[in-house]
Amino acid sequence: MSSYTSDEMMAVSAARMLRDGTTCFVGIGLPSTAANLARATHAPGLVLIYESGTIGAKPGSLPLSIGDGILAETADAVVSVPEIFNYWLQPGRIDVGFLGAAQIDKFGNINTTVIGGDYGKPKVRLPGAGGAPEIAASCREVIVVVRQTKRSFVAQVDFVTSVGYGSGPGDRERLGLTGAGPKKIITDLGVMEPDPGTLEFTLTGVYPGVSVDDVRERTGWDLAVAPGLSAVPAPSAAELAALRALQTRSAE
Amino acid sequence: MAEIVSLAEAVRLAVRDGDAVAMEGFTHLIPFAAGHEVIRQGRRDLTLIRMTPDVIYDQLIGAGCARKLIFSWGGNPGVGSLHRFRDAVENGWPAPLELEEHSHAGMANRYVAGASGLPFAVLRGYNGTGLAASGSIRQIDCPFTGETLTAVSALRPDVAIIHAQRADRLGNVQLWGITGVQKEAVLSSERAVVTVEEIVDSLAPRPDAVVLPAWTVTYVAHVPDGAHPSYALGYSARDNDSYAKWDRVSRDREAFSEWLAGIL
Repeated sequence: MSSYTSDEMMAVSAARMLRDGTTCFVGIGLPSTAANLARATHAPGLVLIYESGTIGAKPGSLPLSIGDGILAETADAVVSVPEIFNYWLQPGRIDVGFLGAAQIDKFGNINTTVIGGDYGKPKVRLPGAGGAPEIAASCREVIVVVRQTKRSFVAQVDFVTSVGYGSGPGDRERLGLTGAGPKKIITDLGVMEPDPGTLEFTLTGVYPGVSVDDVRERTGWDLAVAPGLSAVPAPSAAELAALRALQTRSAE
Repeated sequence: MAEIVSLAEAVRLAVRDGDAVAMEGFTHLIPFAAGHEVIRQGRRDLTLIRMTPDVIYDQLIGAGCARKLIFSWGGNPGVGSLHRFRDAVENGWPAPLELEEHSHAGMANRYVAGASGLPFAVLRGYNGTGLAASGSIRQIDCPFTGETLTAVSALRPDVAIIHAQRADRLGNVQLWGITGVQKEAVLSSERAVVTVEEIVDSLAPRPDAVVLPAWTVTYVAHVPDGAHPSYALGYSARDNDSYAKWDRVSRDREAFSEWLAGIL
């Protein structure tokens, strides 16, 4: 087995979560990389939907932005932005919402708005919501892909941009959110899933060479370890080759 | 009926100090040349409306044209932060910037309401988020089912500015590819300026195109490559390198001021 980076492991791990023949609303960056890797490997029939209105995009290289020409040119259909949100996302037609995050908490709530200070005078102003709040609300389920640091994995987010499980069981139902919420957080260390009872994210898988302590050290809450913690297999030669080919084509 | 004029004339006639201005184009067809003309003409106290402020509004904010920003995602796509936007919000430089912040779904529906002549639009959204506190977002009960839904107030800009692939000599406009929310922006606005790659004798119909009839447009200006570093499908490719380079220019007030001097 050739060597690989933790980012490559994360992309491969995230790609494996996407099943062939399903529909996926894709955020730009890490989620887009993983979704395109899935299409290039085990899920050629995965339908990629970007918020720019491109449905069934089949880019051969990774788009830098959500609206690169390659998305429109390879899509089954290009629709307006009001249509992509109103007709396609809102009714719950999309299987998986695939999101990134700047900050995420133990209930899978996502902050991409402000860090520190208050809203009017933040320490760090982040880009904001984009399509994420409704993706998090309305896709049948959500998978979050994010590099893990103690600062980004916190007990409670500074600002709720997109709702995971709110403050715990019953919140999504009370808020009228139609999708099931975040099912997995894929990081550069391992995989977290919500505890079926408390909905608090717990560690369910670690990558080769990563210890439970490594993960706990980079988690801002008292991370529980699920019974039957799995050892996530290293990237296969085929997975690594496909990922690197995708990235090489994108750099050209 | 649309008048075909120069870009400088279009901006001089259509954009006034204090206006609410919507320059739309979702990554594709962003009207950069028109934005630069607004900077050159020194417009002030603008309320800038745009789903993705992008580099174009980073430039207008840094140049001191804006009093308020209505938006839903303020990053440099695929690159990182909009540093002029951040500097305005975090440090009030060059002037404080009032924010009215939404999600994409909310902004898109606000334009739909404006284009439809309605005071608000209805969607499922914002419940449980920190954004719901905004005055332009309210809960509403469905009169048929009793379900609690979200209402967002209509956007009614004074002027919309977009870039399109082409227009004919009467000012009928055609655009295609990712068409975002441009039709809604034009139809919700009092006045509309469209810059185009090309002016042709007659517009050959395209099945995938959005057409804005001349009577919905105020001014058309011929500005080839007017979307650069954004792009016009069929005419140019997105200049991803320029977007990456903007990060360095915009990070530093001095480097930005040099860029601004070049525009002026």
